[in-house]
Amino acid sequence: MSVVQENVSPVRPRTGRAAPRPRLTPVAIVYLALVALLVVGSVLVGLRGEVLLDQAGILNILTRATALGLVAVGQTMVILTGSLDLSVAYLIGLTSLIAAETMAGRDGMVVPGVLLALAVAAGVGLVNGLVITVLKANAFIATLGVALILRGYLEDNYTGPAGDVPRGFQHLGYDRIGPVPVAALLMLAVAAVAWWYLSRTRPGYHMYAVGGDIEVARLSGVPTRRVVVTAHVLCSVAAGLTGIYLASRLGSGAPYVGTDAGYDLESIAAVVLGGTLLAGGRGGVVGTIGGVLILATLDTIFDDLAVDPFFKDVVRGVVLVTAVALYARRMTARRARGRLA
Amino acid sequence: MTREAGVAARREGAASWRPRLAEGTAPVLVVLLLLLVGLAVTGPAYDEPSGYLALLKRAAPLMILAIGQYFVIVSGGFDLSVGALVTAGVVIAARLIDGDESATTGVVLLVLGFGLLVGLVNGLVTTKLLVPSFIVTLGMMLVLDGAVFLWTDGAPRGALSAGFRMFGRGSVDVPLLGEVPWSVLILLAILVAAALFMRGGTGRALVAVGDNEAAVRLSGGQVDRLRLLAFVLSGLLAAVAAILLGGFAGVSAQVGNGLEFRAITAVVLGGVLLGGGRGSVVAAAAGALSLEALFTLLNLLGVSGALESAVQGVIIIAAVAYAALGGGLRQRLRWRPKRNSTQPAPS
Repeated sequence: MSVVQENVSPVRPRTGRAAPRPRLTPVAIVYLALVALLVVGSVLVGLRGEVLLDQAGILNILTRATALGLVAVGQTMVILTGSLDLSVAYLIGLTSLIAAETMAGRDGMVVPGVLLALAVAAGVGLVNGLVITVLKANAFIATLGVALILRGYLEDNYTGPAGDVPRGFQHLGYDRIGPVPVAALLMLAVAAVAWWYLSRTRPGYHMYAVGGDIEVARLSGVPTRRVVVTAHVLCSVAAGLTGIYLASRLGSGAPYVGTDAGYDLESIAAVVLGGTLLAGGRGGVVGTIGGVLILATLDTIFDDLAVDPFFKDVVRGVVLVTAVALYARRMTARRARGRLA
Repeated sequence: MTREAGVAARREGAASWRPRLAEGTAPVLVVLLLLLVGLAVTGPAYDEPSGYLALLKRAAPLMILAIGQYFVIVSGGFDLSVGALVTAGVVIAARLIDGDESATTGVVLLVLGFGLLVGLVNGLVTTKLLVPSFIVTLGMMLVLDGAVFLWTDGAPRGALSAGFRMFGRGSVDVPLLGEVPWSVLILLAILVAAALFMRGGTGRALVAVGDNEAAVRLSGGQVDRLRLLAFVLSGLLAAVAAILLGGFAGVSAQVGNGLEFRAITAVVLGGVLLGGGRGSVVAAAAGALSLEALFTLLNLLGVSGALESAVQGVIIIAAVAYAALGGGLRQRLRWRPKRNSTQPAPS
C-alpha cells in the first residue's frame, strides 16, 4: 500500500555496534530546531534593528501556519497510513469556491456553505480512498488522477475568483486574541483532535498498523480498506477546512488558491519535516505542527530580512532534505541495532 | 514508425531468447494503436506519414523524459525534479547563449553536464544519506526552481541560437525517409540505447533492485551504484528533453511546469509498477506517446483544453486500476501454481 516504497534495506554492513543510549525523537528535534530557528532568526532580524517576535511577527507566523497546518494535519493521517494525497491543492480551491458561492454574501447561508464544502470534500476523499482500496490503484496515481479531474472541472468552470463571503464570516479569517489569530487556535484544536484520534483511539492505532505493514495489519484483523478510506476522507475534510478558511480570508473563492501556494507538495514536505515516515507507520501530528511552524517561521524571517523570494525555495529544499537525512540516519542506526542484536 | 516499434516489440516478445515481454506492455500498445487509429479517422493530417512524424516530434521530449523517469521508477524511486530541471536547462541555455551562435556547442554540453550533475546529487543523497527519493527530488525541485530564478532575477532572459533550436525544431534529410526531425532521430537513438541497456546485465540488475533490493544486495549486486546510475540517466535525459523543448517551444519560465507528473503518468500508463521491479522501457515510451496522441485526439475532437486534464485524470486511474485488477483477473483465469511468484515481493 505504501506509495513510496524506498526499499532501503535495513541490513547494511556495519562493523561496530553503537551503544544503546537514549536518543532524541524526531519530534524533539523538530521543536529544538524551531527554537533554534527562532533564536537565530531573532538575532538576524535584530541586527537590522527590527524584532522578529513582536506582535506583527507572531501574527505573521501563525497566519502562515494556519492554512498549511490544516492541510498538513490531514496529510499526516494519509501518510501515516502509508498513502499520500496529491489532490488537496485543487480540493482547497474547489471548497473555497463552493463555500463562497453558497454563501453569496448572505449571513444566513454561512452554515450551509460550510457544510456543503465539507460534504464535497468528504466525497472527494471517499473517491480517493475507494479508488485506492477497491480499484487497487497506487495512491500516488489515484490522487494525482483525482487532482487532474478536479483541475479540469475548475478550469472548465472558473476563470477567476467567484462567490462572496459575508462580512460576518470574514471574522474567522481576521479576528484575533492579542497576537494570536482565532483561526490559528482553531487549527491547533483540529490538530489536537487529530492527535487524540491517532494516539488514543482504536481507529487511530489502526492507521499506524496499516502504515507499518498492511499485510500484517490485515492478518491481525484490522479492516485495512476502511482505515485507508477513513484516512483519505479525514484528509480531504481537513483540506476542505483550509478552503473555507482561505475563502474567509480572501472574501471570495479562488480556484487556484491551493495550487498557487503548492499546498499538495508543501503539506507533504511539512509532514515529512515533522518526522513522519513517508512510507507510513511512524510519526504524528505533533511533529507535523512543528514542521509547519518551521516553514512558516522561515518564511517570516526571510520576509523580515527582505530576502529574494526565490532564495526561500532554495533554503526550503535544503532544509527538507537535510532534516529527512538526519531522521534517516537515526532510523537506520536503530534498525541495524535491532536486526543485529 | 511507432506501429513498427510496437510490432517489433511484440515480435521480440514471441522470440525464444526473450520468453516474455515485461508484464503490462501489451495493454499500452493496444491503447496506442487505438489512439493512432482514432487520429487517422478524425484528423486529415494523419492520412500520411508526415502527420505521425509531427506527432512523434511533439512527443519526443516527453518520451525522453519518460525513459529517464522509467530508470528511476523501475529501480524503486521517484524523480520529481525533472520538470524543474527542464526549466533550468532552458533558462540557463538562453541566458548563456544570448543569441551568440558560437556559444552553442559549449552550452549544449554544459546543459547536459548540468543534468548529469543534478542526477548525481539526487542519486548520492538518496543512496548515501538514505533520504527517500520522493523527498530528495522534491527538495531538488524547490532548489532548482528557486536558484534559477534567483540567478535570472525572476524572468528568463537572453535568447537561444539557431543552432541550439535546430535540435528541437529542425529536421534533416535522411535517405529513403525524407525529412526527419532531429528530435525524432535523437529520440530513436535514445530509445534503442535504452532498450539495449535494459536487456543487458546492468539493466536487469536495475529492475531487480526495484523488485527486491535486499536480495540484490545479498547476492552481491552494487545496489547503491545502480540506483545512482538511474538518477544520473534521468537527469541526463531531462537535460536532453530541455534542449529539445527549448528549441521546440522557446524560452519560458513555465516550460517544465508539471512535466514531472506528466512523465510519471506516462511511465505508469506504460504499465510500469510504481515502487519498481516491473515494466519495460519501450512500454514507458509508448505510454508517453499515447499521452501525447490522446491530447492531440482530444484537440481534434474539440474537447476544451480545460477538460483535457480531467480526461487525463480518468485515464491514468483507469490504466492503473486495469493493471491492478486486470492482472488479478488474468491470474485467476489461467491459474498456474508457479504464477504466484509474480506477486510483488514484500519489502
